Amino acid sequence: MLRESLNSTTQRILTRTARLLGGLRLDGPLLAGLAAIAVYGQFVLYSTSGGDWESALRGSTRLAVGAVLMLALAQLRPGFLRRLTPWLYVIGLVLLILVDAIGYVGKGAQRWLDLGLTRFQPSELMKLAVPMTCAWILRERPLPPNPRTLGLLAGVILIPTALTIVQPDLGTGLLILMGGLIVVLFAGLQIGYIVALGLGCITAAVVGWSFLHDYQRQRVLTFLDPQTDPLGSGYHIIQSIIAIGSGGIFGKGYLQGSQSQLEFLPERTTDFVFAVIGEEFGLLGALVLIGLYVFVVLRAIFLASQMRDTFARLLASSLAATFFVYVFINASMVSGLLPVVGVPLPLVSYGGTSMVTLLAGFGMLMSLHANRKLAA
Amino acid sequence: MSTHRRIKDFWREQRIFEQRAVAASVIVIALAVVLFGRLIWLQIVHYDKYTDLAQGNRIRIEPQPAPRGIIYDRNGAILAENKPAYQLELIPEEVPNIDASLRGLVDIGLIAEEDRDDVRRTIRSRRSFDSVPIRLYLTDEDMARFAVKRHDFPGVDIRTRLARSYPHGELAVHALGHVGSISVADLARSDRERYAGSSTIGKIGVEAAFENVLRGRNGQREIMVNARGRSVEKVGGLKATRNTIPGDPGGDLLLTLDLEVQRVAEDSVRDQRAAIVALDPTNGDVLALVSRPGFDPNMFARGLTRVEFDTLTKNPDRPLFNRALRGTYPPGSTIKPVVALAGLTYGVTDPLAPHHCVGFFSLPGNRHRFREPKPKGHGFIDLRGAIAQSCDTYFYNMSIRLGVRRLHNFLSEFGLGRPTGIDIGGESAGILPSPEWKQRAFRKRSDQVWFPGETVIFGIGQGYITSTPIQLAQMTAILATRGQNFQPRLVRALRDPETQKVTEIAPKPLPKPNAGERKDWDRVVDGMLAVMQGGTASRAAADAPYTIAGKTGTAQVFTVAQNQRYNEAAISERLRDHAWFVAFAPVEAPKISIAVIVENGRSGSGTAAPIARKIMDAYLLRKFPPPHNGGTSTSAQRGSILDSDSSEE
Repeated sequence: MLRESLNSTTQRILTRTARLLGGLRLDGPLLAGLAAIAVYGQFVLYSTSGGDWESALRGSTRLAVGAVLMLALAQLRPGFLRRLTPWLYVIGLVLLILVDAIGYVGKGAQRWLDLGLTRFQPSELMKLAVPMTCAWILRERPLPPNPRTLGLLAGVILIPTALTIVQPDLGTGLLILMGGLIVVLFAGLQIGYIVALGLGCITAAVVGWSFLHDYQRQRVLTFLDPQTDPLGSGYHIIQSIIAIGSGGIFGKGYLQGSQSQLEFLPERTTDFVFAVIGEEFGLLGALVLIGLYVFVVLRAIFLASQMRDTFARLLASSLAATFFVYVFINASMVSGLLPVVGVPLPLVSYGGTSMVTLLAGFGMLMSLHANRKLAA
Repeated sequence: MSTHRRIKDFWREQRIFEQRAVAASVIVIALAVVLFGRLIWLQIVHYDKYTDLAQGNRIRIEPQPAPRGIIYDRNGAILAENKPAYQLELIPEEVPNIDASLRGLVDIGLIAEEDRDDVRRTIRSRRSFDSVPIRLYLTDEDMARFAVKRHDFPGVDIRTRLARSYPHGELAVHALGHVGSISVADLARSDRERYAGSSTIGKIGVEAAFENVLRGRNGQREIMVNARGRSVEKVGGLKATRNTIPGDPGGDLLLTLDLEVQRVAEDSVRDQRAAIVALDPTNGDVLALVSRPGFDPNMFARGLTRVEFDTLTKNPDRPLFNRALRGTYPPGSTIKPVVALAGLTYGVTDPLAPHHCVGFFSLPGNRHRFREPKPKGHGFIDLRGAIAQSCDTYFYNMSIRLGVRRLHNFLSEFGLGRPTGIDIGGESAGILPSPEWKQRAFRKRSDQVWFPGETVIFGIGQGYITSTPIQLAQMTAILATRGQNFQPRLVRALRDPETQKVTEIAPKPLPKPNAGERKDWDRVVDGMLAVMQGGTASRAAADAPYTIAGKTGTAQVFTVAQNQRYNEAAISERLRDHAWFVAFAPVEAPKISIAVIVENGRSGSGTAAPIARKIMDAYLLRKFPPPHNGGTSTSAQRGSILDSDSSEE
């Protein structure tokens, strides 16, 4: 009796929740995955701040802002998103040029626009605007795209990429490039093109690099991102690997990571937060986090595949894939598989626009999914 | 245009997308597996390696300097001790820009501009993460000045350390020596690990020779540090482990010096260039060791600036020069008793036969006159009188009869021509000439020949022969004990600072000279007694309640040409003869033997002998003149860490 009533209560709660989520146009499993990552992240950030509630609270505030934005965007009609797309792109482009110009005049690196209340990074906007625009361009054209369309797309992607790289911000620039490219890949870019593109990139990089002297390479790296000069990042990566390696299978325990607590680990609240997880929670802790990321990404791709509208599914799938690209680049860089480029760990790294952008992306994704049956 | 108008094939596009979505999912999982593999590689395969590295990061071993051993005189008076002092230290790894910080410290007057390069060099030579002392002995004013600007100097801090202090200042500085900042050269000579955490090292004298005893062993303490090298007690869930390895304090030294006798000796030659060595002839104990002018060892312990150091080294009186051990002077007539003993030993002279002294001596077939200070000569004189009156012609004659080889070998047995082996080292050997020595010493063939005339003056301690004051003190001690010979020593015992257990160092006997019979020794000593009783130094012995045997001497600085008279007034002070006096007392049971030299003091009897008398009175009668005031605490209060070695060639 009791069990039955309990069961029925549980069931009722579940159905109510599902209905509520449906009403809010949210996807339950995806939301759960995101929430798990975010909570995990806040937990870790509390540790990295040395048990400082205040900064942990500030992180949570940012998370809340992102969550609200996600909820709001999830309510949007896809048609509105679609109409918004070209304007978003144009505005983003104008702001990017503006930022570069200010940077040029001020003779320094410039990424921010000071809006008084908050500082805004146009390149972050471009991370969303570029895949949206690509999907927008491709939505009514027959797929796979023809060479002419590809040319147009190349322009749409490469212009903001270049403008971001000269800021200089190599990391974000490459992510913008990646976001656009992923849309094109999902749109069915023929294998031949993909292979050619891959080979082209590799040869260009190798040939270009081999023509440079050591000091020039150094200079190029420093030019592209002054904040990660090779010596400095060398130290960072060494300490980061020590942190992860010394974590072992089970980790040193919460708040017990000597590398992070004693500040040997640089940027431990931002780009290198993954190393804190590796140190304090070990292999298992890192595995749980990677597992959550993979779940979120696969769920998002699954949602995308249910969409009937080209714009919707291209955008949704590219948001999902880009999300994973962030995760992979960050984790690889922190564990020494890739060179250090400033890419935060999604939803965990402390700070800024990135958290908001990512959640906004998922908000759009949920909106697109909620309206999957509609012809967008 | 036609391609543009191609009709969208919804189902085909759907199929393509699904393929791509599957491919993307596979890639996502594959990349996750790559990441996972990397984590296994780091966290399982190489776990031990990274654990060690992380441990090495957070644990730093901080040295705990051991207090340096205390030095006492023979009666328990403290000669060197440790006092807490504030010093400025710098941890290079914590300083963002060392050059800028040093410049800043110069600006607020904590480091002298001239010393900046030396300080920088010292910082570079130390172990990493060592706290390097960059300025010792901060005054209250210094500390106030630093406190105001402290935030401008990350990695620079004031620390309390035990610093060396010499309560008697200049007194006995050339015996005690001093400590000084550890120089790059010091570190190259010794184990760097040993000196981690130490600010100073013994530079010369007892402080240097017994460095291994005095230093002790620095302890160690494990501390947890953060990335900036700062010690951290607790952060997050981490707590510092406090493993310590206690050190051992340095051993105390009990010296043979008698502080009061030393003070009398120093006061008696305070404003002169002079050296005095007083020994206990029965065991080689150094009772007093004086070299004037001296300097305040506290200056070095505090660290002196380049300017101060230059002032010391450029002083024409050479205060850093240890005349007692390194000053080489012709011994002059002080060796006559030993030459007389040689004559007796080899039977070349009848001690009672009168020799006719006419005021000069000539070798057969040579017109050169070896002259006598007393122009008209001493008339008829025997061995006793020749010693008492210091008759040169008597000894010219004896030298020729002995010959250079026998003279050389005999004097050699009394320790001339080689270091005495005093336990603080740093001695000169002096020169005990011989035909072989001359061949080695001169390059030109014509210079290598030994001339008979050189034998003549050898016997009165002139010519090539030079000796140090400590050699003559030891020679006199051998005469005093009729052949007992001990290596001079400044340290008579070590004392464990914790158990107070005293470990005596046994006197080190040296081979007895192979010389004469007891009556020959007595005859020579009788001659030295006569010196003090009606002889050249009789005034210095006036009213002495104990018997003294002595011998005066002059070391020629300026050679008087043939047919010229030595005219004191005409010769500038620096060219005047050095005054020697050697003596021992009481004659029946010798307790003290002394060698005194006063540079340009002219007269052994007038200048040097009264000094020896004061020292003997002090040691034998405990009779002390009122001490000289000042000079002990007047040194500058600087504290640079200049690495200056005060030993001079």
